[in-house]
Amino acid sequence: MSENTIGKKSLEWVDSRFPVVDLFERHLSKYYSPSNINVWYLFGFLLLIVLVMQILTGLWLMMNYTNTAEGAFSSIEYIMRDVDYGWLIRYMHAGGASAFFALIYLHMFRGMMYGSYQKPRELIWVGGWFVYVLLCAEGFTGYVLPWGQMSFWAAQVIISLVGSIPYFGEDLAIWIRGDYIVSGITLSRLFAFHVVLLPILIIAVVFFHILALHEIGSNNPDGIDVKKHTDQDGVPLDAKPFFPYDITHDFYALGVFLLIFCTVIFFFPEGGGYIIEYVNYEPANPLSTPAHIVPSWYYTPFYAMLRAIDFPLFGLTAKFLGFVVMAAGIAIFAALPWLDRSPVKSIKYKGIYSKAFLTGFVISFFVLAYLGSVPPTETKNMLAKVFTFIYFAYFLLMPIYTKLEECKPVPERVGDPA
Amino acid sequence: MQPKSPPNPGRRKFLTYTTSFLGIVGAFFAAIPFVSAFKPSAKAEAAGAPVKVDLSKLLPGEMMTVEWRGRPVFVVNIPKENTNFITKNLERLADPNMEDPSQPDYAKNDIRSRKEGIAVLTGVCTHLGCAPKYYPEAKPEDFDSNWQGGFFCPCHGSKFDLVGRVYANVPAPTNLVVPPHFFEKDNLLVIGSDGVS
Repeated sequence: MSENTIGKKSLEWVDSRFPVVDLFERHLSKYYSPSNINVWYLFGFLLLIVLVMQILTGLWLMMNYTNTAEGAFSSIEYIMRDVDYGWLIRYMHAGGASAFFALIYLHMFRGMMYGSYQKPRELIWVGGWFVYVLLCAEGFTGYVLPWGQMSFWAAQVIISLVGSIPYFGEDLAIWIRGDYIVSGITLSRLFAFHVVLLPILIIAVVFFHILALHEIGSNNPDGIDVKKHTDQDGVPLDAKPFFPYDITHDFYALGVFLLIFCTVIFFFPEGGGYIIEYVNYEPANPLSTPAHIVPSWYYTPFYAMLRAIDFPLFGLTAKFLGFVVMAAGIAIFAALPWLDRSPVKSIKYKGIYSKAFLTGFVISFFVLAYLGSVPPTETKNMLAKVFTFIYFAYFLLMPIYTKLEECKPVPERVGDPA
Repeated sequence: MQPKSPPNPGRRKFLTYTTSFLGIVGAFFAAIPFVSAFKPSAKAEAAGAPVKVDLSKLLPGEMMTVEWRGRPVFVVNIPKENTNFITKNLERLADPNMEDPSQPDYAKNDIRSRKEGIAVLTGVCTHLGCAPKYYPEAKPEDFDSNWQGGFFCPCHGSKFDLVGRVYANVPAPTNLVVPPHFFEKDNLLVIGSDGVS
């Protein structure tokens, strides 16, 4: 066999016209990640896989879905009953949405724990936050499409929140709905957002998120800058190439993830009413409100904040204030890189205040998630107020407590004694 | 090779700014069709337009149902002898002073209306959206031995008085909603618009 095989020749032909080898090396075989990264560093990859799965299953669902008020509900039933494996594709898509949020919350928590948002990774963090916001919109618009009772009333409640904005809110809500009430017109524009606009934006921002990450490189659980110590070729000493090392771990993680994911979609496709709510198996009825309107589990922390604000202030209505607090609860993540004044990145080396406030944040997130999923009572409302306060304290007091506390010294190299 | 700097940088700058400005103006005008297409279409607008109701044939004690924006609206001509109860029967109501904003400001009064004797109410129970039934007469009913006239929801037993104020200790949380309305003439009611107050 001569040295110039067909494969090699074709590669050369392509490579002189498109930088395929360069791309492979820059992003895979010569892209180095710290040698001390742990299980928390698997979720980015899994998120990418889930994104691909959502796009594929979504595309297939769209082939049989009808985006009108008259046809939407029965087209879902048609997919479930008459389309071969339609039920599986739909359960993958609905379960995929929940998986997407579960993974993105873990992924975000990793960043908060190890200070991955700190300099010089601010834009990676803000980009990721933007993906999360887009995902919230994607989840909401998708939730409306089956046009069941919960779909309709979720749209009704969320869009009427916009109506609480002083002066022009009511007009804005009509503009968004395209009608005076939530109707087929609203459904079909939310459909257009869900299948065209938002997916394009999500893919674009994820692309920039990864591009920015590959410029700087991954952080690690110790917050050590691995680029400081390199060999004579400039290769970081405390790192290894993504391909084939990390990708092997990632694929193993994918296997574990799919084991859990398949268990859910095959055995508990409705997730006890958390993935698909039972009320949503009734067709939308504008004349009949369900007993309690509950959002999907991944929005419940913010829904609890919305309900916790039940008092008017500064001449603003309780409804509008609740809306503002809820939006702030999501928006404030973007400010993290500038709120954290700590000289160290990782929670391992941060002081006692950071540890306490981060713990408080995690507890408040879970408590609010629970409170947002149950009907309100006076006690629960009081609790929601307290935990909303703790949630925001983590962010807003951060510039103070990260300055006050005493941090441990960060080791110079991976494996050095702290 | 670096291109030579333009002979007249001031003019270059002026041209850059004016072109950019015109570009922005153009983008603004180009956005108009996209923003406007989002507004309710002519069809949606027609379906949501205010409806006019002639009340000249609505006798005291009678109620008529008018549809507005897909929902029933009850228009009641409250008999003279019943209007007394409206201001008296307050202790059994959950929100007699109408703290909940379920009516326009001009209907936040004793009679919850713009015109004495005419109640305009959205006929959707504030509990779960059933249609309340009209029981105008003040006489003992199966559901209430001391009934003063009003609306009773057969689904879950919510009770409202003749002007749609909810009774205490029933499932419905708030008063029946008063839609925006005004009287174009004495007997011509317009539902769906605040008119000129």
